[in-house]
Amino acid sequence: MDRLSFDIAHLVAGGLVLVSFMLLYQDRLFALLNMFALQAVVLALSVGWQAYVQDAPHLYITAAITLAFKAIVIPVALHRIVARLGIHREVETVVATVPTMLAGIALVSLSMVVMLRVTQGADALAREDLAFALSVVLLGLLMMVTRRNAVSQVVGFMSLENGLILAATGAKGMPLVVEISVAFSILIALIVIGIFLFRIRERFDSVDLQALDESRGESR
Amino acid sequence: MGLIGDLSIQITQMLVVLLLSPLLTGFVRVVKARLLRRRGPPLLQPYRDLIKLARKEAIVADGASWLFRAAPYLIFAATWVAAALVPTFATGLLFSWSADLIVITALLGSARFFLALAGMDVGTSFGGLGSSREMMFATLAEPALIMIVFTLALIAGSTQLSTVAGFMLSPEVGLRVSLGMALIGLVIVAIAENARIPVDNPATHLELTMVHEAMVLEYSGRHLAMIELSSQLKLLLYVSLIACVFVPWGLAPVDAGFSAHLVGVAAYVGKLAAAGILLALFETTVAKMRVFRVPDFLGVALMLGLLATLLRFVSRGL
Amino acid sequence: MTALIENNVYLILFLPPATAVVLMMLPGYLLSARLNMASSFLTFLAAVSLFVAKPASGNYLLVDDLNIVFVVLNTFVAFTTSVFSASYIAHELETGHLSELHLRFYHTLYQVLLGAMNLALVANNIGLMWVAIEVATLTTVLMVGIYRTDRALEAAWKYFILGSVGIALALFGTILIYMAARPVVGEGLNGMVWTVLIVHVAKFDPALLDLAFVFLLLGYGTKVGLAPLHAWLPDAHAEGPTPISAVLSGLLLNVALYAVLRFKLLMAANPLAMAPGPLMETLGLLSLVFAAFMLYRRQDIKRMFAYSSIEHMGIITFAFGMGGPLANFAGLLHMTMHSLTKSAIFFAVGQIAQAKGTQKIDDIRGLTLSHPVLGWGLVLGVVAIAGMPPTGVFMSEFLVAGSTIARAPLLAVPLVIGLLVAFGALMWRLHGLAFGEPTGSTTPVAASSLPLVTHLGLVLLAGIWLPPPLVAWFQHVAAMLH
Repeated sequence: MDRLSFDIAHLVAGGLVLVSFMLLYQDRLFALLNMFALQAVVLALSVGWQAYVQDAPHLYITAAITLAFKAIVIPVALHRIVARLGIHREVETVVATVPTMLAGIALVSLSMVVMLRVTQGADALAREDLAFALSVVLLGLLMMVTRRNAVSQVVGFMSLENGLILAATGAKGMPLVVEISVAFSILIALIVIGIFLFRIRERFDSVDLQALDESRGESR
Repeated sequence: MGLIGDLSIQITQMLVVLLLSPLLTGFVRVVKARLLRRRGPPLLQPYRDLIKLARKEAIVADGASWLFRAAPYLIFAATWVAAALVPTFATGLLFSWSADLIVITALLGSARFFLALAGMDVGTSFGGLGSSREMMFATLAEPALIMIVFTLALIAGSTQLSTVAGFMLSPEVGLRVSLGMALIGLVIVAIAENARIPVDNPATHLELTMVHEAMVLEYSGRHLAMIELSSQLKLLLYVSLIACVFVPWGLAPVDAGFSAHLVGVAAYVGKLAAAGILLALFETTVAKMRVFRVPDFLGVALMLGLLATLLRFVSRGL
Repeated sequence: MTALIENNVYLILFLPPATAVVLMMLPGYLLSARLNMASSFLTFLAAVSLFVAKPASGNYLLVDDLNIVFVVLNTFVAFTTSVFSASYIAHELETGHLSELHLRFYHTLYQVLLGAMNLALVANNIGLMWVAIEVATLTTVLMVGIYRTDRALEAAWKYFILGSVGIALALFGTILIYMAARPVVGEGLNGMVWTVLIVHVAKFDPALLDLAFVFLLLGYGTKVGLAPLHAWLPDAHAEGPTPISAVLSGLLLNVALYAVLRFKLLMAANPLAMAPGPLMETLGLLSLVFAAFMLYRRQDIKRMFAYSSIEHMGIITFAFGMGGPLANFAGLLHMTMHSLTKSAIFFAVGQIAQAKGTQKIDDIRGLTLSHPVLGWGLVLGVVAIAGMPPTGVFMSEFLVAGSTIARAPLLAVPLVIGLLVAFGALMWRLHGLAFGEPTGSTTPVAASSLPLVTHLGLVLLAGIWLPPPLVAWFQHVAAMLH
């Protein structure tokens, strides 16, 4: 593989890690959603580049799904849900931002150490892709455990899932990648619909769904 | 060229930075004024200010110790040396073996240390306030700078600026995320260190917001001139540093002829102008942030530095 | 008929989703419930026929002696649960907890879940298996939240989030397995086919396999309900409809465990990779001891038995982690017995909760007087699940403990402590529930107690007499598992 293509793959995948970090840094819900859309765009670029490098046309489908679904549909839908449901516009954290970021750095270094040690036999592109992917996965997990609102947890989950897609496309010739990305998209769509239908605002202890049901005459 | 030639280039370099730094500050002010549709001060105003200050009597507060009087010279010396070490138009300087990123960081650190001490020396409330804020920022800005230096050193295999610049010119460098992060981190550090908007406003004297100005409030006359000049030098230093590491094109290589040096000077002036315009643009488009937000802003630089160091390990050459 | 038997594996895969489509369009819950039962029964028959005619394995499907056990157990409990659910659901409709539309949704999902679990069990492709388990999880999430009370939604959300994390980790492990396989078996589909992997696994990079197994164990272990990733399990069991609690405990946990076992086999076949046993033993013991202590102070009856499920999954994981013919045999037996007993308990608990109108342990007293069949059924079930002789659970627990004492006496200490603590907690709670002055409503329940009686009968029978063919089969499978 020539160096330029490696460099570009490295650049986009590294950019994905950086954007995952920026997701941790956001303290406004809308900014978070925008940042997530950016992450999806970066992921789409990365997948598209992998498709080109590996000469694997089916990966273009994954890239297109990512771009259309996660960069446009989901953020727009979540924007509207946040606006419609009057969800608190700030990201409520369990742990303050700075310790979270430090934990994030620790997780990234952990994944680099683990992945680089473990994948010594593999080719360079796959190695760095996996290391980046694991970082993104762990950062997504971190986000899910340090956030309170349902919406930001979902964003954390989607970020985690972006890491998985990165790993799956980095593993050259892996079958079922498109299927998996479709399955994930369905999953996410269900979550988003769930948030909307069940009006999950923040954590459950702060919302009285019974009262909502009663107000709509559905009480039981 | 022999020793004489090297020495002459080194001396030229030292004089160039000293003479150009007020010009850069003046240029930024002019561009900023134009962007705000004001006419602004003349380009050479900083020189006039310096000369005027140097002529005036230096009044020292009653409670001031010797440190208060010595600090401006120490600060100026440290900053000047640091600025003179950064390759501006040529890499093959006589002292380039000592033009080490860590040395430069240390020199700037000691300058800051003396400035903070001097701020507290007189015992006024503003001085102490400025010093404590400066130190608060420094606890984040310096580690960030060190991490960025590490990143560059790991990538280029040396902390010596001329080697780094040479590496950046070679095709070895490639596209690296780490470098991008280091650049952004370095820009953030530079903005904070030079007391520019959004961290600090160089033109303010408002108690609640000033940081740098609060420390030097008690200075006057030639002491103030020294401090002003060193902060102008610092701005030039950071611009040269960024230019030398990230846009090293045009730098005259070692043993280059006279024409290459001319090209180097032209390129350098061009880079300074570009940096000045960018800085002015940036400063006019963002608002100053609250003092308590500054650690977050600098935290980004630190995080970028850490991340850049980490990501460097997965780049090419595994 | 022969054609049906030859295609039995497709039958168990496609009958449930086909039924689901019909159920989706079918109004009227009575007919739906019957169709649900009939379809589950047919699926069970098809699964049994796998013993007779084992289809050849392909790139996507695999039927071997190991998963036949799982499939048969799975479809059997699914069938009995559908019988239980028919009467349970009728009551929910009467009390207005669920509407007709909800029921249609419920029946459809029930069949989807059944199909997904069957697919996960017979999948030969580790990617396909992953997808199937994901679908199974999603359907149960929807079912847990079906009551739409705030607590049910919270349980569903928690389950969903933790389940998704588990799923994500498992996928990462799957990708790593593929990465390890790629240099040996080449790119493409082969790198995910289990039967291909097991042949070549000795040549895989051991470090990559190790890492993959850690992810897979954590990922699928979340689904098994292993501590410390068990947090979803008690909520999901307590807040969902009781048939779903029975299915979760009796089936879905087994399916996830089956996935772990498949990967354990891969690990065992590579001489350089780490031994998967100690990890599984640790997680198993941790879950056992933790859940045993958590059994005290439970207020909610379904939640208590959910913790009991964690405890038993811990025992089973531990047994499979120990490995060897005896421990594996014990693990298989225990898994079977636990599925039967725990679903029986949930059948009883579901009817009790309906009769008494509460799930709070303190409000339920003297069941043996007010509802003799239910009460004694519960007594028998809890006695069985606590591991008293002469039930099947006793036998399997005895075997686990026996082989542990013989091979790793130190590990036997926490194991036995955990078992005893759980025993004490269950007995203490049972005493209050079953005996004393009855409280609350004493109206008899109309629901059929047939599934309850069948399960308990089987468990008792297994404690007294195991049919030799079954023993032989289990021994054969235990040998397969190393």
